[in-house]
Formats: sequence, structure tokens, C-alpha cells
Amino acid sequence: MVGGPVDRLAVGAHYGARDWLAQRVTAIVMTLYTLLIALIVLWHGGLDYATWKAMFASAAFRVSSFLFMVSLLFHAWVGMRNILMDYAKPTSLRLALQIVVVCVLVAYAGWTAQVLWGGP
Amino acid sequence: MAAIERPVAKPRPVYLNLLAIRQPLPAIVSVLHRISGALLFAVGIPLLLWFVQTSLASGDGYAAAFAPLSSWFGKLVLLALAWAWIHHVLAGLRHLALDLHIGVDLAPARKASAVVMVVAILLTLIVAVRLW
Repeated sequence: MVGGPVDRLAVGAHYGARDWLAQRVTAIVMTLYTLLIALIVLWHGGLDYATWKAMFASAAFRVSSFLFMVSLLFHAWVGMRNILMDYAKPTSLRLALQIVVVCVLVAYAGWTAQVLWGGP
Repeated sequence: MAAIERPVAKPRPVYLNLLAIRQPLPAIVSVLHRISGALLFAVGIPLLLWFVQTSLASGDGYAAAFAPLSSWFGKLVLLALAWAWIHHVLAGLRHLALDLHIGVDLAPARKASAVVMVVAILLTLIVAVRLW
């Protein structure tokens, strides 16, 4: 793969600044959502089934939760890809593992939609 | 052109056994940031989705979602994930501070790393006390 006219790997990092920013924006979104959950729980003085159910009955809360999960999944992609780029050296192995990570993340995304909007 | 006589380079010893090198504290915080992140990806996200799905299904489901916490193993898993989450968030906040050029010098960097380690462990201990 080295020395060709286009010396570039399909699974290399050539898009650092964008992911650097995305990693921070998603981190802040997740931190704010975590604080929101903590505030809601404190506001109700603990949690029970009725409160929990009522929280998820709100469309605004579902959309916030979806925003959190999308941030989480994208953040996980950037992080896992960075780890694989550093430790999975053979390109074929790295590509295979990155495909596994992508498939898992897409499955998580489907599961998230099911939990938020497919419920009884 | 006269060739410049160069001494033949001696092979330098390569010593990169990461387990034998004493790592500086920021390096330890950094590698734990990665380990905790991978743990949250592989175990944390599916358990979170399972918990929300199960707990929202019904009143019985709500009880079932908390049932694993009655066992030692369940508590230990939650405690490990709690540590991973707390450490990851704190180490991430340190990264954001570094981006703003706060704590970049060696001494503050070490100090902030120590704070991340210690506060993460203390908060995890509070979770442990509440679990048991």
C-alpha cells in the first residue's frame, strides 16, 4: 500500500479536525443530557415507574434522548476508530474490526429507535 | 564530490516494553480514558438500552430492570461501568480544558491528572456505598 501514486489508506485518518470538533460537541451534548437527567431525578426526589414512564411519554424528552444517543454512537465511532488505528496495525485487520464496530453501532441505533418509538 | 565519511551507525537499543516503562500520570489517565471508553461501547451501551427498554415495558419490567442489582455480580458490573463513565467524563473534561490551554504545563497537567484519578475513584466509592 506504500509508494503508490495515491499513497492513502481507505481506513486511515485524513479528517482529523472535523472529528476532533465532533468529539467535543457530542461530549458536551452528552454531559448536558446527563445533567438534565440528574436534575429531573433530584426534582422528583428519586425515581419510580410512574415518573419514569411519564418522562418518556414526553416527545421533547424522547427527542432529547435520541439526540443523546446519536451523540453517544457517533462519539463511540470516533473513539473506537482512534483506538483501532493505533493498535490494529495490519490494514485488513483494522478494516475488519472497523466494519464490526460500524455494524454494532448501526444495531445500537436501530435498538434505540425501537426503545424510544416502538414501545407499547 | 567527496563523500563525507560517516561513522557506521550502531544499532540503538529499542526499549519499548510499555509494561516495564514507568508511565507518567497523564499517560495512565489517557490509557484509562481509552479502556473506559471501549468498555462503555462494548458493555455500557447495550446494558443502557436493555435497562431503558425493560424498565419502560411495565411495572414488573421496571422491577426486573433493577433485579440484577440484588446480586454481587450485577452490582460489580454496574460499579465497573459507573467508574468507566465517571473516569471517562472527568478525563474528557480535562481534555476540553487542555483545548482551552488550561493546564497544559507539566505541573498543572500532572495535578489535573491526579485529580481526575482520585475524584473518579471517590465518586465510584460513593456509588459502591449506595449499592451495598
